[in-house]
Parts: sequence; structure tokens; C-alpha cells
Amino acid sequence: MNRRPFDPRLLRRVPAARRDLAVLALLGGLTALLVVAQATALATVLATAIDGRLHRPALAGLLAAVTARALVSWAQGTVAARAAATVKAALRADLLRAVGRHGPTWVAGRRAGQLATLAGRGLDALDPYFTGYLPQLVLSVTVPAAVLARIVFADWSSALIIALTIPLIPIFGALLGWQAQAATERQWRRLSLLGGHFLDMVAGLPTLRAFGRARAQVDVVRRMADGHREATMRTLRIAFLSALVLELVATLSVALVAVPVGIRLLGGGITLSTALLVLLLTPEAYLPLRAAGSRFHASMEGLTALDEALTLSATTEPAPPAAGRTAPTGRGEIRFEGVTVAYDRTTALRDVNLTIRPGDRVAVIGPSGAGKSTLLNLLLGFVAPTAGRVTVDGVDLAGVDLDAWRRELAWVPQRAHLFAGSLADNIRLGAPAADATDAVLTAAVAAAALDEVVDALPAGLDTRLGERGHGLSSGQRQRVALARAFLRDAPLVLLDEPTARLDSASEAVVLTATRRLVAGRTALLVAHRPALLADADRILRVDDGRVTELRPTATGPAVIR
Amino acid sequence: MTAGDGVTPVGREPAGPTGVPVQASGAPEPPAPPRPGAERAVLRLARPYLGRLLGAGLLAAATEFAGLALMATATWLLMSAAGRPPLDRLTVAIVAVRALAVGRGVFRYTERLAGHDAVLRMITDVRARVFATLAVRRDGADRRTGDALSRLVSDVEAAQDLLLRVLVPGAAAALVSVLAVGGAALISPPAAGVLAVGLLLAGVALPALATRLTRRAADEVAPLRGALAVDAVDLTHGAADLAAFGATDAALAAARGRAGRLARLERRLAATGFAVDAAGVLVGGLTAAAVVVVALRADVRGVLVGVLAVGTLAAVEVALALVAAARQRTQLRAGLARVADLLTEPAAPAPATAAPPASGGHDVRFEGVTVRYRAGAAPALAGFDLDLPAGRRVAVVGPSGAGKSTVAGVLTGAVVPTEGRVTVGGTPVSDHPADDLPRLVGGLLAEAYVFHATVRENLLLGRPDAGAAELADATRAAGLLDWVHDQPDGWDTVVGEQGGQLSGGQRQRLALARALLAAPPVLVLDEPTEGLDPAAADAVLASALAATPAGHSVLLISHRLSGLAGLDEVVVLEDGGVAQRGRHDELVARPGWYREQWLRQEAAERGYLSLAP
Repeated sequence: MNRRPFDPRLLRRVPAARRDLAVLALLGGLTALLVVAQATALATVLATAIDGRLHRPALAGLLAAVTARALVSWAQGTVAARAAATVKAALRADLLRAVGRHGPTWVAGRRAGQLATLAGRGLDALDPYFTGYLPQLVLSVTVPAAVLARIVFADWSSALIIALTIPLIPIFGALLGWQAQAATERQWRRLSLLGGHFLDMVAGLPTLRAFGRARAQVDVVRRMADGHREATMRTLRIAFLSALVLELVATLSVALVAVPVGIRLLGGGITLSTALLVLLLTPEAYLPLRAAGSRFHASMEGLTALDEALTLSATTEPAPPAAGRTAPTGRGEIRFEGVTVAYDRTTALRDVNLTIRPGDRVAVIGPSGAGKSTLLNLLLGFVAPTAGRVTVDGVDLAGVDLDAWRRELAWVPQRAHLFAGSLADNIRLGAPAADATDAVLTAAVAAAALDEVVDALPAGLDTRLGERGHGLSSGQRQRVALARAFLRDAPLVLLDEPTARLDSASEAVVLTATRRLVAGRTALLVAHRPALLADADRILRVDDGRVTELRPTATGPAVIR
Repeated sequence: MTAGDGVTPVGREPAGPTGVPVQASGAPEPPAPPRPGAERAVLRLARPYLGRLLGAGLLAAATEFAGLALMATATWLLMSAAGRPPLDRLTVAIVAVRALAVGRGVFRYTERLAGHDAVLRMITDVRARVFATLAVRRDGADRRTGDALSRLVSDVEAAQDLLLRVLVPGAAAALVSVLAVGGAALISPPAAGVLAVGLLLAGVALPALATRLTRRAADEVAPLRGALAVDAVDLTHGAADLAAFGATDAALAAARGRAGRLARLERRLAATGFAVDAAGVLVGGLTAAAVVVVALRADVRGVLVGVLAVGTLAAVEVALALVAAARQRTQLRAGLARVADLLTEPAAPAPATAAPPASGGHDVRFEGVTVRYRAGAAPALAGFDLDLPAGRRVAVVGPSGAGKSTVAGVLTGAVVPTEGRVTVGGTPVSDHPADDLPRLVGGLLAEAYVFHATVRENLLLGRPDAGAAELADATRAAGLLDWVHDQPDGWDTVVGEQGGQLSGGQRQRLALARALLAAPPVLVLDEPTEGLDPAAADAVLASALAATPAGHSVLLISHRLSGLAGLDEVVVLEDGGVAQRGRHDELVARPGWYREQWLRQEAAERGYLSLAP
């Protein structure tokens, strides 16, 4: 696959960068003129110096040209860096927005680690592309043109040599570059794999230790690292070969120009200042092209990341939710009409027909993997039916403003994510600050039986939870999720095995609170534990994607209260 | 002037003036403070490859010197030719120009290959050492995942860059600078003096300035980048929670705000950063001009004035490479410090040095074991005694927080008792070599991890040499065999990141099957039926116990009380102490926590089980 040095999608997607890029082009032209001016001035100074004299106007010109070049180079770098920062910020926002927009199932289908890598290191790799490669790309057009134009006037035969050899650089660069490109793509993938593999290994270290395999895995890591080394060396042998050829073209051209010019000087066919001008300018003609070529390799990582980011964030999305119809209230009647949900490998639900009346407390039981969670995901809008529809008050959920609809829901997942932030922030998730006063928060904490956990934490509710919520046990994490739901105070409650990780004693506490929570609300509870069933009005059994309603026996589920 | 920078190695970007350590997505904490010994610790690992590195350094110097000499000789050639000497006086110069032109390219290529080969070999050592250190660390699991990723992928590359982009080119530039000044001194000492000043500015003052600026930039940018990385993790891993609670927009706004702040900061830092590069251009031109003026004053021969001027431009260009090296070095310091921390950690107690403990079978004894996780906190386990002779099967039950998992932790060596001791085969757990203990004691521990690999690979972790029949037996006992057969890829089904392609119940069964396959003489099962519905839980527990060979001891930790009737002893823990102990039948007959829970559970489950469509 061939990668162009500039992705035109960039201008469309990040219009803010256009002006900076235009300025960059302008500065490139200015640099080319200054290169010629500097060489002309220096050649004059040296040609005069051979007689032991100092050409003061030429010296002044040299100093002026050098100063101007310094200023232009500063401006060039600054503008390029500005463009890089602008583009990165825009792409990061796009990428994260895409993650938010596409919803949880889209993210879960991808390796979240890879997405995070892209938003972090991946996009920062654009810095060398913008500050290193792009300016050189401009210069590699303007400088050879200016140099050739100047040398044609001074000595057309040298100009001919340069004009014939310069194209060799892009030609060789392209020939060898394709190779390097393919190799780099492999290496990039390998790097992600290595990163993912290592992350996996480290995350599973306790398990590896428990089986006495931790040390043995050192060899696996060594093998992976060794594979990485060999892949890299293969890339480098080609990448360096291109560098060798490019370097040879440039240095040999200097020799090719200098030696005949020197011999013509012997015959008096050319003036010394012209000869020196040709010598000083010749390498300048090759320099930007070679620099651009070498930096292209270095910025390929950035270009790959750019491509990935543009592609990921541009994936066509389902109809924007904001344009959806007004959401029904969570107090309406919920109907599943012939709902089938098929995933890639399995069918989670088959032709489900179901009515949930307001105030129903419905327990969902069934073997693990039978499709219980999919039932909840449909109501959450995380998955859409493959066939059939889900309606609330007769309104098809497929067309509604999901955010507004979700405001009618409180959800307790099997394994809640804990966000980097304080415990209080984690409980207040999504709640407007005005509604979630400290008193409300404290009540929710107590209701979820989280208060004893809070008391044991060093900073109570202000304790900061780390990346991915380390620091709380799974039982405690579950209570945080419950507290979130209590705080939510929504008419429809979806609980996905809320007590799965609680022991019977705390289960009783939570059940009491759950009873309070579901009072006067519609509730759908996925349950493994019988204790939850006691509070259900109806019990649904999901088995292999089919839903059947169980009739309570005459005595009803016996419960000790 | 010919000194263009050669190809940059793929995979790592050159240091730019805006450059800030480019790290993997993690590393949310502020950059580690510079560690004086960090570079030395890393370089110690380079020792086996010192010869190659030295060769690479000399080749690098030769490359730069060839470039400088090419331009100087060509100038000499032209300016001498202007005096119309006989052609043979120029022959040497002509040959030299051609030879230098070819030599430069060849030197460059060999230098690059030699250097990279040596460094990448060293890096393999570093990667393995880093993982080995993490592997024996008890707290390894508590480290943040993003940080760990950053460690291997990025920090280790810091060690590579230290050699390839700082030390080798830095040494080469310094060597060529010295040679250039020496050469100039042969022609004109005053001009050499001017050149030396220019080279000091370009090779010492500007790099020092660049170091300060880069360091400041890094300190300002790193926390923001870290926070942004955490945002990315939260937005991806927490996508469902955010969506369900309508918090996606707020989280996005926060992340976007941070990305914007980062962009503003980067733009601001770029303006000062690139001033150094501009100064470099200025130093080069001014030094050349000054050399011309001084040389003319000193009545240096005209031809040599030209050689000095052109040579000066080339030499300053070479010295300016030190600016890039200085930037790179600054950017590497945080990564190097972290790598050094891992490399200099005292090596793990050498395995198998201690003679294997007297093979005293696998009788387990807990003697007055007390565990306090924090000084002053209530003990998680207080004066716990338990006898688990070979072949005995014991359940530890009780409410959550009672200390059940601590019992498993102490037995597997993950938790060290504050008081008392646990012996296996008469030898305290801590005296068993860390690698040997798992062969005696192990099983399904809390939060068992499922690797992003195939079902087979996950299972074989339990016993690498297990055959197909053993795999099938263990998997059948865990109730997963039918599922495996149903998969198109069978045993080679990839379970996804953290077992994400499996349901919670399947994950649990997989972990249980792995424990059963490992079949250590002392089998610990910590909540083996977590996440299974009651009927499945009972069936799985029964088949797991049946699959455990007689003579093997079992320590079952559970808060469910079904299926315990066949066990030799049930221990009820409450608040870290033993509240009740006895056989299931005895405990059910006696008033207390066990009977209460049993009746609760039994009634509820029977009620549920008796429900019919």
C-alpha cells in the first residue's frame, strides 16, 4: 500500500490548519531565495579573498542573508509546530467523539488499548511529520528550483549535471521507500502487538505467579522482543540502503560538478567566483530532498497514525441521536415485538415478544450466555434489534433521542467502570451538580451499603480512584455502581446481576435498598441469585435466546423475611 | 554544508524543538525526577556490545569528517585551480574529492547498521530484564496497566535512543569538532580561535540552552499528556457506563478541553524552542564571516582563507548535531529513570538455590495466623488455625470481608502473615522457593485472569505438558467442554482481551478448568462458581470436586453454602476469626450464622427451582 506524503483529507477535516500550511509554503520560497543570496555573497567574498582583500559589501550581504535565514527558519519551525498542535487537538477531539458517538458496542469490538494508544502516542508521532518533514517537503521544491535557476545563469553545464542527477533522489527514494514503507507497517503492527501482549502478561501476572509460570513467561517476552529486533533490523537494512544511495547521489554530484569546474578553471573558461558559487550551491540543491526523504521514514509512524485516526473518526455513523424523535418517558409500557438480535458468531435473542407494564418488577433468569444481558442492552440502546422492534408507549426506540431516553433509566452493570476521579465523582456520574447535593450523595451511598466502604477509605468520598478503578474490590466496585443508580432516581431500573459479587449478608442489605429503589418504578433484574427473585412480580427465563415466562407456583417463591 | 542528517531509524521520531517525551498512552503520573545513576544503569547493560558501539562511534565520526573534508578539499581544488597551476598538482585533490564522496556514504551505512545491531541486541536484554523484574514483584499486578505498557514499549526505546541518538552522534560530533579546530590551527591559530568559539557556542552553549528549554517544556506538557491518556482510557473502557448515565458529552468536553490546552501549550513552547535552531543558523554564518575577516587580517594565503571559511560552515553544522542530541537526552530522562529503577532492583532471590524442602508431603497447617494489611487497622485474619492434612477437603465460608480470601492469599504466599505461620509439608510457605510453591499449592484464585490467547493456551498455563485427554477432562469437569466443541475454532478459539469474547460464566469455567488441569496436591478454589446460576453452580462444584484426585487436599472458599455436604470440614469465618467449624450436617443442626444462611439460601433456591413454565 502506497502512502502519499500528504493526506488531502487533512485539509478537509482540519480547516484551521490551512492558513498555517500556506504560510509554510511562503516561507519555503523565501528560504530558497536566501540560500542563493547567501551562497552568492560568500562566493564573492572568497573570490576576492584569494587576493588577500576583503569585499565589504559582499560580507555585509552575507551577514544580512544569514540573519534573514535565521529569522525565516525560526518562523518556519514555529508555524509548523502550530499546525501540528492544531491538527493533533482536532484529531484527538474527533477520535474521542467518534468513540462516544458510536457507543459502547463499537468500542468493545475493538481493542480499547489500541484506541488509547492512538489518541496518545500515535498522534504525538505527528510532531516529527509537521515540524520535520512538511517544511522539508516545501523546501525540496523551492530550493532546487531556485538553485538551478541561479546556476543556469552562471554555468549551464553544471546546471545540466544537477538537473540530471536531482531526479535520481526521488526515484531511488520512491523505489527503496516502498520497501521501507511495507516494512514499517509491519513493524508498527508488531509494536502494537508487543504492547498488547505485554499489557496482557503484566495484567495477568498474579495468575501467572499462581501457576508458577511468571518466570517461564520471561522467555516468551524475550522471544517477542527478539522478533521485534529482527523485524526492525530487516526494515533498517533497507531504510539505510536508501540512505546510502541518496547520500552517494548527492556527494558524487558534488564531485561530478567540482572536478570539471576545477579543470575548466585551469583553462580559464570560468571565473573563480562563479566556480565557487556552483560549488557552494550544488549540495544545497540536494539537501532538502534528502532531508525530506530521511524524515519521511521518521514521520511514517505519524502518517500511519494520521491515516488510522482519519479513518476511525470518519466511519459512517448511525443517524445522529440528537435528530431523533422525542423520547418516551420511562413510565410507559415497554413492548418487544418479534425482536431478534444476532451478533457475529451467535444469535443472542430469537423472536422475543414481551410486554412490560409500568411498575412491573421483572426478574430475568437463565444460564450464563443465554442472552439476558442483551435484553438490557436493547433497552439501553447499546444494541439495535436485527429484526423486530422495541417500543415504549408505542414509540420505537430505534428513532428516539437516546440520551433523553437514557435519562429515564438507571443501570447497574455486571462490572462497572471506575473513572479516574474521586469516589464522589464516580457516584455522581452524569448527574447535574445541582441535583447531586452532598445530602443526596450521602443518601445514595448509604442506600448502596457503601458507607462502610467510604468510612474505611483514607479520604472518604474524596478518595481518588486510579485508572480503571484499581483500589476497590469487585464487591465494593459493585456498590459504587449501585450508588450511581440510587442517585440517578429514574423511573426504569435495569440491574444486571447487582448482587453477583456480594455475600448473603450484604446482599440482604442491598436487597432492602433495592426494594426501596424499585418501589413505584419499573424494574428489570437479571439474576443468578435466588434472593433477587423474591421481589419480582414476574420471572422470565432466557434460554438459548428464547424467552419464556414462568408462572409462580401456588405457594410462590418461598422467602424468609 | 554537505552534512545533511542521514536517515533516521524507523520507529522513533527525531527530537524536535517542540519535542516532549513521546510516550505510550499511559504514564499518567508526573515525569519521574531525573536520576543521576539512570544512564549508568542502562549503559551497564551495553557492556557486552561495547566493541560494536565503539566501532559505530568511530564510523560516525569518519562520516562527518568525510563530509567536512569533501567541501574543504573541493574549495581548495577550485581556488588553487584559479591560480592555473599544472594539472598534476591538482591530481591528489581530485582523487581525494572523489574518494571522500564515495567514502561518506559507505561510512554512514556501516555505522548505522553496526550501531543499530548492537543497540537492538541490548534492548532485547533490557525488555526481558524489565519483565523479569515485574514478574517477581509482588505488587506487579497493582501497577497501572497504561503505565506498564509505557514501560516496555516506550521506556525501553529510551535506552536505545540514549545510545543511538545521543552518545554515538554526540561523541562523533565532539571528535570532529576537535579535529576541525586542530586542522584550522595548522593554518592560522587566530582563525582556529574564532572557530573554537563558534563551535563552543554551537556545540556547548546552544545544546545547554536546548536542554533547559526542552526540560521545561517536558515538565509542562507531560502531566497534560498523561491526563489525556487517562481520558482516552476512560472514554473507551467506560463507554457503556458513560452512555448509560448520559455522561459521555461531559467526559468528551473535559477531554477536548484538555486536548485544546495541550495544543495551546505546545504552540507556546514551539516559539522558544525554535529560537535555538535559528540561533544555530546565525552562529554558523557569523563564525564563517569572522573566520574570513580574522584570517585575512592574519595574512593567511587566499586559497586557505576559502578552505577555512567553507570548512567552518561544515564544522559548525556538525557541532549543531549536539543540539539535537541534547534535546533527545533530556527527553529520555524520565523513561531512563523508570527503566533504571527496574534494572537496578535487587535481583530476585535466585530460584532453586535453597535446597528443596524436605519432601514432607503436602500437609498444610495454619498456626495462629494473623494478617493486618495496614498497621492499626482491624486484622483481616486473627489467630486463625486450620489443619489440612493430605487428602482432606475443607470449606471456608462467611460473609464478605470476613477474611476468606486472605486465607487463600496466605496459603499461596501472596500475603505474608503478620503473626503466626503457615506450613506446607512442615516447611513454612515463605521458605518454599517461589517457583516451587505453585506446584504444591494453587488453583483458582480471586480475580483469575484470562489471557488474550486461545482457549488451549489459557488452559495449558495450568499444566504446559497436558495431553488432549487431560484437557478434555478438566474442561468437562468445569462444564465448558460443550461450549468448546460448539466453537468453530474449538480449542483454538481466541477469548479476546481479558476474556472479553466470553460471558462471565464462561470466563469463570475456563479459569476453573485451568485450575483443575493444574491439579496441585493442595487445590485452592476461591469462589469457583462465581457468576454461575445456582443449578450450574451446584453441578460445576460437584464435578470439580469429583475430578480432584483422592489424596489431593482441597481448600474451598465460598459464600454459597450448597454442595458442602461432602466436605470433611466447614469453617465459618466472621471478622477474621473462626465463628463455627464442623461438618455441614452438624452446622446445619446447630443455631448460628451457617444455619441461618443455609435456610435462607435453600428456601430461596428451592422456591426458584420449583418454578415451572
